[in-house]
Amino acid sequence: MKIKQISVFLENKPGHLNHAAKTLADAGINLVTLSLADTEQFGILRIIVKEWEKAEHLLKENGFVVKVNEVIATQVRDEPGGLAEILDVIEKAGLNIEYMYAFTFRCNGEAVMMFRFTDTDAAAKVLTDSGMNVIGEIDLFDKSC
Amino acid sequence: MNIPKNMIWDKDETISRDQLTELQLSRLRESLKQALKVPYYKKALAGLAPEDIKSLDDLRKLPFTTKADLRENYPLGMLAVNKSEISRIHGSSGTTGKPTFVAYTEKDVQNWSNLCARFLTAGGLRKDHLAHIAFGLGLFTGGFGLHFGINRIGAGIVPASAGNTARQVILLNDLAADALICTPSYALNIAEIARENGIEKLPLKFGFFGGEMWTDDMRDKIESELGLFATNNYGLSEIIGPGVSGDCCYRCGMHVQEDHFIVECIDPDTLEPVKPGERGELVFTSLTKEAMPIIRYRTRDISSLDYSPCDCGRTGVRMGRVYGRSDDMLIIRGVNVFPSQIEEALLQIEKAAPHYLIIIDRPGNMDKVTVKVELRPEDFSDKMTEMIHLKNEIHAAIQRIAQIGVNVELVAPYSLERSSGKAVRVIDNRVNKPE
Repeated sequence: MKIKQISVFLENKPGHLNHAAKTLADAGINLVTLSLADTEQFGILRIIVKEWEKAEHLLKENGFVVKVNEVIATQVRDEPGGLAEILDVIEKAGLNIEYMYAFTFRCNGEAVMMFRFTDTDAAAKVLTDSGMNVIGEIDLFDKSC
Repeated sequence: MNIPKNMIWDKDETISRDQLTELQLSRLRESLKQALKVPYYKKALAGLAPEDIKSLDDLRKLPFTTKADLRENYPLGMLAVNKSEISRIHGSSGTTGKPTFVAYTEKDVQNWSNLCARFLTAGGLRKDHLAHIAFGLGLFTGGFGLHFGINRIGAGIVPASAGNTARQVILLNDLAADALICTPSYALNIAEIARENGIEKLPLKFGFFGGEMWTDDMRDKIESELGLFATNNYGLSEIIGPGVSGDCCYRCGMHVQEDHFIVECIDPDTLEPVKPGERGELVFTSLTKEAMPIIRYRTRDISSLDYSPCDCGRTGVRMGRVYGRSDDMLIIRGVNVFPSQIEEALLQIEKAAPHYLIIIDRPGNMDKVTVKVELRPEDFSDKMTEMIHLKNEIHAAIQRIAQIGVNVELVAPYSLERSSGKAVRVIDNRVNKPE
């Protein structure tokens, strides 16, 4: 149910993001998706990769500050109200979203929301119980092709 | 630009060096007698009596006084008179949360006013002028020191005090003050705001600047932007406040008012005197102060002394601009800050490594401080709110301990250079630094 996400601390200076990306590319690690939260001075790069343990190790070895945590991927109906449907469930259950980002699968174009909840386990249960299409790790990487 | 005519306020400024030496010796003995009324000095002088001072060379037998000594005697332990005799109390900006207080008797205030009148006269102020004080009028010695000096000359005063630059500009323009009194960086700030408000030239003719380190280049800039004649003055509250020394109209170093203070220039490591002209730490001994006499106070200010005669006729030795400090104290927007305070703040919140770098710039005219702090891997969070919170926490801790607002920048661990010797904690881009 839960997906490992790797977060990387990036100083906002030229080449820093590229260095992180190259570190993974050189090891043949493919990015399923990423999101970047930034401020004027620093940013947080969040990435989803299949070989997260290898990625974590490599990034740390290259001097990056890395943190692994869990997020929940939920498929979203690609039509008006698709997102609202999920958010309704979350709101009614009183779950707190720390942040979220969206992407689409390369093969079939299905839309996916990545959610970072304060309480990941509780959220996973609520979403599954409500019949939302929560995507597990295996599915996620399979559909990413 | 109005270059003032050379004018001397009182004849004591021009007494011969021989007369001065004689005067200093007799006053030093009197001052020691006064100091012995302070329990701290009675102990520190260890039985040394005023009569033991046979010549000025004997000054070197006396112990130094440091800022730490004054702090230990907080609040008024250094007082040599009854509290009832105090005419005024001022304070220096507190570096550890508490200010250091200094007290004046009525006679001290009179002397101080006269000392300020001297350098104000030297820099062009006359009794028919109007002077605008943009120093804070409060515990800070700058505001009231100058106020009473101007008053002594008989010139008019606009006690604008500090802050609200737009209003300062309106006052300066509408009341047409002849002289401006503030820190050099604030003078540039005023110039900028005046320009923004479409004022091409304020009516100002003279500027008396002090309270922080500045350079000849900065003086040129102030003079070209404000169209006034700028002089430098020096002082510190522990000695008396402004009026310890000041430029004459030839501006070849600030004349130390040696009939009221003995100045020494020492090597801060060996504590031995340096040769005239060489850079060293200035040490002052008060000669006339009643309320708080001070013996061999280590200012930590690095400067040099020039004993060659000056065309203006004043005989007081001239000190160069303060080039730096012999300790690591920084003066930021008038507040004394030690890098160790930044470290203390970081250690106190137990988040973020005590690896930091302080960068000081003066982008416009005001000091801007950036503190780069290394993030500890365990403090990193994928949540932006937590990262911002960490930044704010560091900011608040520094504000609380060092009393200055800084820009906190989180940087990657080990990204700040580790030097093999003494860590480089400060990059000061404001002024040229001592070698």
